[in-house]
Amino acid sequence: MLGFLTRRLAGAFLVLLLVSVLSFGIIWLVPGDPAAVFLDAGATPDQVERLRRELGLDKPLAMQVVEWYSRILKGDLGRSILLSRGVTEAIIERLPVTLSLAGISLVLSVVAGVAAGMVAATKHGQPVDQAVMAGALFGLSIPEFWLGLVLIVVFAVQLGVLPTGGFVPPTESITGWIRSITLPAIALAVVHMGFIARMTRAALLEVLSQDFIRTADSKGLTRLHILLRHGLPNALIPILTVTGIVAGSLLGGTVIIEQVFSIPGVGRLIIGAILSRDFPVIQGGLLFVALVYLTINLLVDICYAIVDPRVRLE
Amino acid sequence: MTAEAVLDLSHPPSKPFRETLARLLGHRSFVIGGFLVLIVLIIALTADLIAPFDPLRNAARVRLRAPDSVYWFGTDHFGRDILSRVIHGARISLIIGGATVLMTGLFGTLIGAVAGFFRPLDNPIMRLMDALMAFPAILLALTVAAVLGASVVNVIIALSIATAPHTARIVRASVLVIRELEFVEAARALGASEARILLRHVLVNALGPLIVRLTYVFAIAILAEAALSFIGVGPPPPAPSFGNIIANGRDFMVVAPWITIFPGLAIIVTVLGLNLLGDGLRDVLDPRMKV
Repeated sequence: MLGFLTRRLAGAFLVLLLVSVLSFGIIWLVPGDPAAVFLDAGATPDQVERLRRELGLDKPLAMQVVEWYSRILKGDLGRSILLSRGVTEAIIERLPVTLSLAGISLVLSVVAGVAAGMVAATKHGQPVDQAVMAGALFGLSIPEFWLGLVLIVVFAVQLGVLPTGGFVPPTESITGWIRSITLPAIALAVVHMGFIARMTRAALLEVLSQDFIRTADSKGLTRLHILLRHGLPNALIPILTVTGIVAGSLLGGTVIIEQVFSIPGVGRLIIGAILSRDFPVIQGGLLFVALVYLTINLLVDICYAIVDPRVRLE
Repeated sequence: MTAEAVLDLSHPPSKPFRETLARLLGHRSFVIGGFLVLIVLIIALTADLIAPFDPLRNAARVRLRAPDSVYWFGTDHFGRDILSRVIHGARISLIIGGATVLMTGLFGTLIGAVAGFFRPLDNPIMRLMDALMAFPAILLALTVAAVLGASVVNVIIALSIATAPHTARIVRASVLVIRELEFVEAARALGASEARILLRHVLVNALGPLIVRLTYVFAIAILAEAALSFIGVGPPPPAPSFGNIIANGRDFMVVAPWITIFPGLAIIVTVLGLNLLGDGLRDVLDPRMKV
């Protein structure tokens, strides 16, 4: 297990190193001078020069990279030009909002997706299976942000049962928080539910076709017992993989959904920065999101190693 | 098309293409998906002929008109006909999706093939792909498109950068398996160059999973283009891409929901068709991935 952990951590560190270069390097994609791009055409050469110095763009490239690394190793992601405050603080402040949204969507999509996949697998080939799979595929084909808009019109505008947007922290009001997060969480979860349902069904069908299931069946165990004690545990690895993928995809999804529902999370911070060319926030935000994604995947891999001893030895 | 099929000399030469086509046409998902995609394709190709109005024509008299017998999908706040905009939107969205598929197919295959075939390059290349995949695809595409500047070409570049790494990983995985098979050894023994082996023997047999992946890339590109346009970094307005029409309708969701609803439904039909097509192709071309 220790050997597995060391290898896995070393690999993740290497990737993180590349990720940080890419996050920083996004500024090299800017056609022309990033400082001028931020300030627009009306700025005086003086203003542009001052911003260039503030962003460190006046220094040689190698120097910029060294400074970037020495900063991020201390957890300092730089200063936002627009908000004139630290990027790290701005992200930390908005993180609970995004995490609560992504977390609830993850729970929703895993619970509903695994349940739907199990139903479909046990009723393989029957109308229930076909209906569930058709529903899953349909869910996969809906644009999240469009579903969000439709939910707002139906539940917030027409029926008036839920707010159109905004965010209430749970510390302020638990019911307010649940009400503010219901629609965005559903909009995010629908796509991922479909994905998880398809994967769960496939994994279970594979397991249920094996000999030990037939043995369990001939021992006279109930179908539910077989499904929960013999089927599901053996289908866990693929389900775990999918959950890791979904967690990453949810991170991307929150970026758009926060914009639809005016939720002040990390995604909205990054979108704002992207639209106003606030480069330190873009760079820091990209690096931060990728770090979260890599951490989730590391945790998923460690879970594999715990669930399946073969993984440790590979 | 498996390696065994290639090696199997006991049967008279079969017609693999025709057989595969027959199996595809017997597959329900493939047929339904193909039908949907074909319809969208025909609409996109004949947009100039079938759109009842000019998609960019402003008409103040008919602003925010609800769907009726003249304006089937209603009109927007400039009095532009939503049906005509959706029809032309299909064209822009399919161009962006198709170009992304081409770019991703080209670069994903190239990168994956090199990584899988020339072993010393494998680790550095794939770690770089891992790094690119550590960013959520939609966030990466958004950032690249915004930084490069909103245009159709930049959207295609952004979507390709976001989808190529995963494609490369799939091609590499196939190449790693195929390069160890006996017919590759045979080709090498016969004196074929490495480039010829890679192109004529290895890549040809890796096509199945690649085609399946690219079908899903097409679906992902359509969805992502809409999201990019919604945020405001897609093809610049007034171009009627699916995403632009929805973004336009957002401020009128309450008084004129049809502006938003119809392009969304158009996206769903297109993406559903592509996903069904992908499922059918996967079952027939790449049975190991069967879901």
